[in-house]
Amino acid sequence: MDLKEKLVSSFLAFENHVDIDGYIHDVRSDAIKVFEEKGFPSKKEEDWKYTSLNSVLKEDYSVFPKQENALDYKDVKKYFIHDIDTYKIIFIDGKYSSHLSQTTHDGIDVCLMSSALNKPKYQLIIENYFNKAATKDSLASLNTAFSNEGAYIHIPKNKVVEKPIQILHFSTGKESATMLQPRNLIVVDENSHVQIIERHQSLTNNPVLTNSVTEIFTNKRAIVDYYKIQNDNQHASLIDNTFIKQKRESLASVHTFAFGGKLIRNNLNFYQEGERLDSTLKGITIIGDKQHVDHNTLVHHIEPNCESHQDYKGIFSDSSTGVFNGKVLVNKEAQKTNAFQSNNNILLSDKASINTKPQLEIFADDVKCSHGCTIGQLDESAMFYMRSRGIPEKEAKALLMFAFSNNVLSSVKIPELKQRITKIIANKLGVNLGFDL
Amino acid sequence: MLKINNLHASVEGKSILKGINLEVKPGEVHAIMGPNGSGKSTLASVVAGKEEYEVTKGNIFFENEDIEELAAEERAHKGVFLSFQYPVEIPGVSVTNFMKTAINATRKAKGLEDMPAKDMLKMIREKSELLEIDRKFLSRSLNEGFSGGEKKRNEIFQMAMLEPKLAILDETDSGLDIDALRIVANGVNKLKSKDNAVVVITHYQRLLDYIVPDFVHVLYNGRIVKSGGKELAHELEEKGYDWIKEEVNA
Repeated sequence: MDLKEKLVSSFLAFENHVDIDGYIHDVRSDAIKVFEEKGFPSKKEEDWKYTSLNSVLKEDYSVFPKQENALDYKDVKKYFIHDIDTYKIIFIDGKYSSHLSQTTHDGIDVCLMSSALNKPKYQLIIENYFNKAATKDSLASLNTAFSNEGAYIHIPKNKVVEKPIQILHFSTGKESATMLQPRNLIVVDENSHVQIIERHQSLTNNPVLTNSVTEIFTNKRAIVDYYKIQNDNQHASLIDNTFIKQKRESLASVHTFAFGGKLIRNNLNFYQEGERLDSTLKGITIIGDKQHVDHNTLVHHIEPNCESHQDYKGIFSDSSTGVFNGKVLVNKEAQKTNAFQSNNNILLSDKASINTKPQLEIFADDVKCSHGCTIGQLDESAMFYMRSRGIPEKEAKALLMFAFSNNVLSSVKIPELKQRITKIIANKLGVNLGFDL
Repeated sequence: MLKINNLHASVEGKSILKGINLEVKPGEVHAIMGPNGSGKSTLASVVAGKEEYEVTKGNIFFENEDIEELAAEERAHKGVFLSFQYPVEIPGVSVTNFMKTAINATRKAKGLEDMPAKDMLKMIREKSELLEIDRKFLSRSLNEGFSGGEKKRNEIFQMAMLEPKLAILDETDSGLDIDALRIVANGVNKLKSKDNAVVVITHYQRLLDYIVPDFVHVLYNGRIVKSGGKELAHELEEKGYDWIKEEVNA
């Protein structure tokens, strides 16, 4: 039985396993039909031309969590941003871990999807927002069909959430292979501000495939800063489907740090549903071995006077492969749009490759849209300059790569997170910088 | 200190240095002059260890050690410094952090611990004053958006920080106005001692009014074709390089 058949035939058992609510039941049932009809995407589809899921779909995954597993905080502390106070929503093998989490209902809701889906007091938000941003493509639909657990965050209006929120998904490898379908819903009301850090971490070498959906609603003048840390091991793959709807004068940013995993696909979609709002999409990809990272972005400019900024940097070594596919769609009504996109790449080996493809579809006539992509090697004259000052080759390379990714790093607004990212990069490059950037 | 014997070097198969002989002793200042394309910058890069240049014949000895096989950073650790004609911009790395990295890498190579932060700050303060560098300048990204003069001053600041035994200044005067030239030359002179040496590579005699050489060499077509005292620089300033070319070609 292939994975698709297994998923489809497991659906009934899954729904019996969770509480069946009328509204969500219908959403799930529709979604499984879409998945059954479309199946997993193949390379024949334009958006999947450079990314094949074959190597990750062949495992015999356990498709929904059967047992609760526990972890000691001290064993996983290093995956947390632990030097600052944060809210934490933690999952182990797809199940909520109350032991590791720190949630709240004090003026804001930072809790779990499973309880939001079942408790009447959340019903209005669920009906207004759940599955209202996610598209009906096969992978998002698959997640919707199995949606039951994940982070539920609702920030009512006029709240500046001082503490960042961390969403962490651990997989313990108790099953020989695990497929996870986390589902996050984030609703930020008028004038509110929240910062969120998301990470998926496998703790063993057993294969893990995560097909995640995050829906983010950024209402009028709200600010959302979202950071994704993707630094998993060589046996874990991630398909991240993130959908962001923005209302007028809101600011939303997503930083994606793709540093590891077997295969990572980021489907990041922004929908600008109001005027004078701003969307930021930034990323740093640093991978090696046979790793594969694919950034597939969409910014849909629907209303006039809005901006979007995309800046993705990639450093590829060994036989790693990268894809950047950035689509900017400007509706006829979206006059005075400013849309910028840049994708710069460094290939450190002859066997590494990157496919970069900007796509602009512009139907308005008074817009500023720019895109640029570069693919190059490390600047030899800069290398010689640094080495002539006594900096060894490895450190010199690392400094150049930091310099290269600096534009993305410098816009991380949580200092401790920036420090952590810097450390992860230094670690990846095998250097000790001895200072913070 | 530096002894170059019959040095031949080429880049991408093109022969540029064709038999250089040069000896620099501690405490000396040498000037290397010559028309464009004569091989001056190549000589500087070859001594500093740029990998693109291939030494095809001859040797470079630094303190009686053949350094040809050493990487650029290893030569730097031994005390060779090259001030670049075109310093490279490194965005995102501040001047201070760059210097910390360079100094501690050199100390590590010598088996020393990192320099304590307090000492580092003190040294940075002293050396930046020497070159009349504003403190704010030190937190800017290395060379990014620096004016020509700022870049060159920053090169000499780095030299002051690294305290090399042999400093090679490659066209440090180009792009400098007279005030910047004076500051840079003043810095170099203050760093000079009986134990270190300076090789000034320049097209013009101007800088040599401030940094007075003991020896002047004329490089032409990959060879040193004439050597003399500081008066040779004045002669070149007056008469240009044509008479040298004629002498060589005759």
